[in-house]
Amino acid sequence: MKKHWYDYLWIFSLTYLVLGFFNILFAWLGLLCFFLPLLISLIKGTKGYCNRYCGRGQLFGLLGGRFGLSRKKDIPLWMKSKGFRYGFLVFFLTMFFLMLWNTYLVFAGAQDLKQVVTLLWTFKVPWQWAYHGTLFHEAIAQFAFGFYSVMLTSTVLGLITMILFKPRSWCVYCPMGTMTQLICKVKNR
Amino acid sequence: MCKIKKKRKAFVQQTDCVACGCCVKVCPLGAIQVVKGIMAEVNMEKCVGCGKCAKECPASVIEVREVEI
Repeated sequence: MKKHWYDYLWIFSLTYLVLGFFNILFAWLGLLCFFLPLLISLIKGTKGYCNRYCGRGQLFGLLGGRFGLSRKKDIPLWMKSKGFRYGFLVFFLTMFFLMLWNTYLVFAGAQDLKQVVTLLWTFKVPWQWAYHGTLFHEAIAQFAFGFYSVMLTSTVLGLITMILFKPRSWCVYCPMGTMTQLICKVKNR
Repeated sequence: MCKIKKKRKAFVQQTDCVACGCCVKVCPLGAIQVVKGIMAEVNMEKCVGCGKCAKECPASVIEVREVEI
């Protein structure tokens, strides 16, 4: 099948993750993976982002497919149930707003900048090597640490389910995917 | 004499489909599409039941069945 330019967006996703190890401020670029799917679903009423442009999905597809790092077993029934998918979306958004709140606290001067990346919402990994100061407010860096935590956490989860089940198992419970499908359902009712 | 023909076709369990579009990418005949970002739909005219989509589907909601035509 003919390859398109957007079939190489996995390079963008991989580069993004690598850049976060060098300078945490690059984490801001990840907002693209947040706003583009929403905009496409809101404006066009499709899941065009998932279907074509999602670099993360491509990365899992590549690692699990061509590189064979996947058992290629069926995902458990509960994981594809509406309850789990919507539940995970709510949990994910709650943690996201908590992250925004922490950013605000740093902005307001009520809290110090924490140079850590929190994995799986639990494990605080020291990440000071990727922070070289910021031209603006420290809250800009706090958001970057928080956002990178979200991106790395979801990548880790995606990799685990990639290995256990099918390569793109992450797509089944991806909060962005669930959210854009919900938007499409409402919009195309 | 009338002979019953059996053909293999892909069927999507649409209530559980997440509309990720993985099936669309692997279909060699372009016989499956994601409709309005909600679910995948098979074009029965084009589908030859090769099963690539079923194998790829991360939610395993595609099944290849024999149908009588």
